[in-house]
Amino acid sequence: MVAPRKNRDQPWLMRTYSGHSSARASNALYRTNLAKGQTGLSVAFDLPTQTGYDADSPLARGEVGKVGVPISHIEDMDQLFDQIPLDQMNTSMTINATAAWLLSLYIGLAQRRGIDPKKLSGTTQNDIIKEYLSRGTYIYPPGPSMRLIADTINYTIRHVPKWNPTNVCSYHLQEAGATPVQELAYALCTAMAVLDRVKASGEVPPEEFPQVVERISFFVNAGIRFIEECCKLRAFGEMWDELTLSRYQVEDPKLRRFRYGVQVNSLGLTEAQPENNVQRIVLEMLAVALSKRARARAIQLPAWNEAMGLPRPWDQQWALRMQQVMAFETDLLEYEDILDGSPVIAAKVSELIAGARREIDNVEAQGGIIAAIESGYIKRELVGSHMSRLRAIESGELKIIGVNCFQETAESPLTMGSDGAIMKSDPAAERQQIERLQEHRRQRNDADVRAALQGLSDTAKSGDNIMPSSIRCALAGVTTGEWGDSLRAVFGEFRPPTGVDIAIDSREVLGRKDQVTELRERVGRTGNALGRPLKILVGKPGLDGHSNGAEQVAVKARDVGFEVVYDGIRLTPQQIAQAAQEEGVHVVGLSILSGSHMELVGSVLQELRARDLAGLPVVAGGIIPPADAERLMALGVRAIYTPKDFSLNAIMGDIVDVVRESNGLERLGLLS
Amino acid sequence: MTNLGLPDPEQLAARILRGERAAVASGLNLLDNRLPAARGRAVRLLACLSGERWLSAGHLIGVTGPPGAGKSSLVSAMIREWRLAGTTVGVLAVDPSSRPELGGGALLGDRIRIKTPAQDDGLFIRSLANRNQLGGVAGEVWPMSWLMLACFDIVVIETVGVGQTEIDIAEIGDTVCYVAQPASGDTIQYLKSGIIEIPDIFAVNKADLGAAARKTANEIGRSAPRQDRREGWDYPVCLLSATMQTGIKEFHAHFDRHRRFLVAAGLLARQRSQHQSAWVLRLLKEEFGTFGLELLGGRAAIEKRLGEYRSSQFEEYERMREHILSRLLSVNQPTLSP
Repeated sequence: MVAPRKNRDQPWLMRTYSGHSSARASNALYRTNLAKGQTGLSVAFDLPTQTGYDADSPLARGEVGKVGVPISHIEDMDQLFDQIPLDQMNTSMTINATAAWLLSLYIGLAQRRGIDPKKLSGTTQNDIIKEYLSRGTYIYPPGPSMRLIADTINYTIRHVPKWNPTNVCSYHLQEAGATPVQELAYALCTAMAVLDRVKASGEVPPEEFPQVVERISFFVNAGIRFIEECCKLRAFGEMWDELTLSRYQVEDPKLRRFRYGVQVNSLGLTEAQPENNVQRIVLEMLAVALSKRARARAIQLPAWNEAMGLPRPWDQQWALRMQQVMAFETDLLEYEDILDGSPVIAAKVSELIAGARREIDNVEAQGGIIAAIESGYIKRELVGSHMSRLRAIESGELKIIGVNCFQETAESPLTMGSDGAIMKSDPAAERQQIERLQEHRRQRNDADVRAALQGLSDTAKSGDNIMPSSIRCALAGVTTGEWGDSLRAVFGEFRPPTGVDIAIDSREVLGRKDQVTELRERVGRTGNALGRPLKILVGKPGLDGHSNGAEQVAVKARDVGFEVVYDGIRLTPQQIAQAAQEEGVHVVGLSILSGSHMELVGSVLQELRARDLAGLPVVAGGIIPPADAERLMALGVRAIYTPKDFSLNAIMGDIVDVVRESNGLERLGLLS
Repeated sequence: MTNLGLPDPEQLAARILRGERAAVASGLNLLDNRLPAARGRAVRLLACLSGERWLSAGHLIGVTGPPGAGKSSLVSAMIREWRLAGTTVGVLAVDPSSRPELGGGALLGDRIRIKTPAQDDGLFIRSLANRNQLGGVAGEVWPMSWLMLACFDIVVIETVGVGQTEIDIAEIGDTVCYVAQPASGDTIQYLKSGIIEIPDIFAVNKADLGAAARKTANEIGRSAPRQDRREGWDYPVCLLSATMQTGIKEFHAHFDRHRRFLVAAGLLARQRSQHQSAWVLRLLKEEFGTFGLELLGGRAAIEKRLGEYRSSQFEEYERMREHILSRLLSVNQPTLSP
């Protein structure tokens, strides 16, 4: 056994994206994770917190504490960081539309604990631009959103200098289907838009602008094609270095470093044979660890069972141990960059850079990233890329072990336990959070709250930096919903293009054309039998913004001949039932990934019954564990599709059969 | 046998006249249904709803313009004004279908753009695919708009303006509004094509673009030839911004003013009756060709007959359709028999 070298590189920050149920439960989890050797925290907030609603808002129903921790006010923040010294912790917060608010709560808490905010270090994701393209937790229109980003940057540069105020995200672009070239191009366009906005605000004198550039960090994704992914990160580094010099005249090369954190790919994790996800995650980590010049500053890994539901503490521990083995057992950190000088790597990097430059020019020619989002261009490109990926999986061209090949498997002992190998979030969490919130509202000083909110509203209108008045709100006991509503009143709300209006790809996928033709014939024949073309409503109830699945179903349904009503994300069960009625659809398809399927699907069924539409068939898709699927079917749902159902053609065939069956026609069965 | 559950037309009509949403929805489904059994009931339904009031009640508004001009956000802003005034609104939003060889499917994306509060019983939106018919507007739009007129104060028909559509929509609406896209070639094309004759109101959306929007508005104002147009109507050109909420109130006021103008000039009923005749001819010709029209004695005879039944033209249309069908069958019978 050879002893490890002494002068090893410092490992990256090790985190696990976590948070659930309540501030108290999440705090306990954080402290356990830190005791296990985690070196930073990564806070997952629940959807009401991310979209600026209080736990007792009707829109929050069923979502409180589901995908993260609910933080409604400063007391929640205090409980979340109980016994965690803020000045010694590096805290990453996945928060966007309400980033300025959560950062204000964090700063307010530090002030209350007598800690100088200058000692705080960490990251707010705060890339609202990509929320319009993927993830979907936007609230306000692009103009005010850009302003909120700029305000947090301008504020932290002065008052919280160790903070990374924004993490430009290419991560979610990949989850939405982006190719490496698209990831590079759109993330860099976003970074340029942010820097241009800060520059235009005039709050930072020109000589300090390089410090602003230095504080811009990135959050990237790494997929299973780990060599290409590694090249992508080297390309990012080179392009950022060049761009910050040429566009922003940053002379000091240290300030031009491409600093990034990473969460490896969740899109490629499978529900089938989920143990295989372990080797996928480790290989994906290689992409961001292998090359010293392009190594991640912080890594968080998903758990092996992410495609099945919420990971348990043990699953998260396993993910942490993967990082620790890589950092402490292997000799990875003993070497300089091992890829420097490889002509193969250099050529791939140049190819990616050339492609990304072309796409950046293309976006700039359209007026920049905001204009290209408002016109729907980028969303259409992403929906198109994702569609190509799904088609390649369906055709078998892209192999996914255990999904479209090597499906035979022995029963996994990992998934045999009575808990279904996932964690259930506490069903009492929502009620308890609401009680705690209402108690908080009774305890606080109403006059202070009113004054603080007035100050916030005035600042929003005046255009001054939003942070000082937000911190005053935090200290006065203002709630997340009140902060969100005050700004809604001034900024308005926004719905971006859905991107599903892409042209039909008449090429279709090799060998699968027959299935599409057959489906078109079935859809047409069934429509004729029923007297009018088949019409489907694709709905996303709740606050969950992960719309990729719904978009792909909508596009596919259109391609096989359905008339498709797709209203985008964040709809209430009432809105969905009302749309189903007004539109006279033959079937309703619901997509839910936040884990709130029981409450939301149940509510939609109830709303349909209230409109005399009990007979209208409803199908649902999402991350739905088998036990829940059974309960949903018992409630009257006609079919459930999970990540295991990778063939969109097969899903369409089944939906046609569901429509046929509920209209007294015989099923046509599997496609040939 | 399919479980179609076709509704009883007489009962349905009564419920529609009471404004029951579920009834409006199933009435629209019935009008959309091409099965023979459904067609018979659709005729009965429209017969129950029709009458002289059809030629005088409500306001049918057509809104068209090129893709991306901001029609939906404009319609959304107009709806807000109407709803604030307590006026009920039905919307028929028409989107293009893909070509039949590509499956004929359609993405109907308008509800998302016409933002509404969750529960508003005074607003009803139905999206429709044009199904590659009649150059842009589905034939179903005609009967559906008449059903909506029976229970909503205002009926808005929104279509994407591509070529022929503008002409079709002119044969539905009492008032037709064209939404122009600033700084795009579309408007110039539109002016050149002579279709400028049709709209009663012009809107140049996205006034927040500034100079480009003003330029487009000026072009429209200058170029619209007026020789065939009606005396007493001024064909306003409005600069507004649906997103910034500017110019909406002034724009909105023109619709009611135009309706008052039509009534005062005695044009409302006459125009509606003419529009209906045009639709009947269009649908008959689409289904049976010129030969079909000849079987009924030719265009002039049909128009005369429709004139006699001016408040119940849909029934008359179905009678003529059946007449042609029976004639065709009797003509073909000998050759079909062995």
